[in-house]
Amino acid sequence: MNALSPPRRVPPIWLQQAATDFLARYDGLRARLPGDAAIREAGAAAFRRHGLPGVRDEAWHYTSVRPLAETRFAEPLTPVAECEALMRRLPVLDAPRLVFVDGRFRDDLSVVPPVGAVRVGAPAYGALAQPDRDRMVALNTMLAEDGATIDIPAGADGGLLMLASLGTGSSDRAVAFHPRHAIRLGAGASLTLFDVSVGEGTYLHNPVFEIALGDGAKLSHLRLQDESRAAFHVSTLYADVATGATYDGFALTLGARLARMEVHARLTGSGASAHLNAAQLLGGTQHADFTTVVTHVAPGCASRQTVKNVLAGHSRGVFQGKIEVARGAQKTDGYQMNQALLLSPDAEIDSKPELEIFADDVKCSHGATVGELDAEQLFYLRSRGIPEAEARAILVRAFLAEALELVADARARAALETAIAVRWEGLES
Amino acid sequence: MLEIKGLTANVGDKPILFGIDLVVPTGEVHAIMGPNGSGKSTLSYVLAGRDGYDVTGGTATLDGQDLLAMEPEARAAAGIFLAFQYPVELPGVGNANFLRTALNALRRARGEAELDAVQFLKLARAETKRLAMPDDMLKRNVNVGFSGGEKKRNEVLQMAILRPRLAILDETDSGLDIDALKIVADGVNALRGPAFSALVITHYQRLLDYIVPDRVHVLAGGRIVKSGGPELAHELEADGYAGVVADAA
Repeated sequence: MNALSPPRRVPPIWLQQAATDFLARYDGLRARLPGDAAIREAGAAAFRRHGLPGVRDEAWHYTSVRPLAETRFAEPLTPVAECEALMRRLPVLDAPRLVFVDGRFRDDLSVVPPVGAVRVGAPAYGALAQPDRDRMVALNTMLAEDGATIDIPAGADGGLLMLASLGTGSSDRAVAFHPRHAIRLGAGASLTLFDVSVGEGTYLHNPVFEIALGDGAKLSHLRLQDESRAAFHVSTLYADVATGATYDGFALTLGARLARMEVHARLTGSGASAHLNAAQLLGGTQHADFTTVVTHVAPGCASRQTVKNVLAGHSRGVFQGKIEVARGAQKTDGYQMNQALLLSPDAEIDSKPELEIFADDVKCSHGATVGELDAEQLFYLRSRGIPEAEARAILVRAFLAEALELVADARARAALETAIAVRWEGLES
Repeated sequence: MLEIKGLTANVGDKPILFGIDLVVPTGEVHAIMGPNGSGKSTLSYVLAGRDGYDVTGGTATLDGQDLLAMEPEARAAAGIFLAFQYPVELPGVGNANFLRTALNALRRARGEAELDAVQFLKLARAETKRLAMPDDMLKRNVNVGFSGGEKKRNEVLQMAILRPRLAILDETDSGLDIDALKIVADGVNALRGPAFSALVITHYQRLLDYIVPDRVHVLAGGRIVKSGGPELAHELEADGYAGVVADAA
């Protein structure tokens, strides 16, 4: 052996300390946590092995969890009674809702849907998550206390359902919660899931979703991340999309100090399709990362990703999009576009497209653009009498329109547009 | 009334206008003709308030209001409308929505009640019909995928709906076939009246057969070098600009 072998890569001390704290919490709670103990223990073993993600992990190259790792998290208080102000921040959708406060289901705040079966009270562990590979998922698996299992039977229409997360940290007492959700649609079933996260103070919201769509099923998954500006939001979603089924995802990122949404979509049956659209409106020193991996397993599937960033102040947006085409996944149609509007010279966008193709008859494309608000368009609008602030808002809405196009439900769309308008006003003032 | 006195302007660091004097009384239509590069488009942008067009001297007022001190939107509220030589595409912005937003912004600025969607659509449909534009033009994104002629007609549609006191038409005839030219001219003529005036900027006399001006001015080298009645346009068409420009020099 060479005497000058390179030093072993040791994670920095703050990363180790944070991992140790989470493990200590697990050791203290393990006997009392509900759900499958074997899955939980496997998650804990993976977390013990790997710890939190560091920037040396290729998948986390652009996003450092350091501010999260340097925060000491306490146990959420049980139960938290005062939620009226946060409940008012939820969009009014006139639809059933499942409300979680600090990761725990709250029956008194929820309205159970008439269609399908909903179970709560334990983490909804499924077979899709990869705690051995995905470190934040290992953490979730280890510490999950609750979650929703939503089953829509074959052929049924689940209508519109809200899944809400309320976070209630305070500046001197940060909390961490790791809900684990499963959504399963039987053959030909459909559902519009409006998944919204709000909160106050400092907290970590680290949800994992496992979504299985049967043949011909259709899930419209609309996500509004409007967390407290002091919060951390790290979510991981796995979706398996069977023959002829559709996963239409639109994720709107407005809040949190540090955010990451990671989506792993697998198109497992021919004719399956996935939209992974997103919009991120950031200001101040916000950092938000949208990371996707689309795997074309079966032939004749389509995936579409339109990701828009509006970045003000010193904010930073990240998009990492990977399209994997398996051997035999012929006639794959993959498309990916990342666009950023930089409203300040100090804002930053990082874009990393990746194609990994093992089939020969495929159509895959990606593109990226970065720009400012167009001066000529702005003048055109103002020359028609539209005040400058309104003209800027019109152009930003227009920029985001393409990503929002697939939001079919009018109530959900109105809620998302309102959230965008409110955040935009905040960015401009 | 538009009154321009001793107007000088730069584009970037380059002087383009060298002292424009021009009066367009309310109710009149004046044409500005001139060779390429004479400053016609610069004059229109300076009046509309575009960034990068810097006034270095002189004044411009509309009905006594100092245009040069106003933001572009305030000039629009005062009654200025610029029909662009190259109308701008706005992907993601619906034409009807754009027009209603603009009209209501102007109505707000003028202290008038805003129009709701139903009232607006009634007005917009009537105008599109008059301009022989298909209804779906209102549903499409502003100027996106429009032909050259459709874009120019869309400018005239905006003008018809926004009802300016002074319209500046910057080479609205360029790129139009004769049918489209007549439609555009009809649109302008329909607005003519005691409260409307227009500055029609064109390179060719042809448009002025359909929009007959009260006065014609020749702009060359950043100055008005000659003014006259409608017959001046015909002289220019026959003899070219060279003679007029040389006489003035």
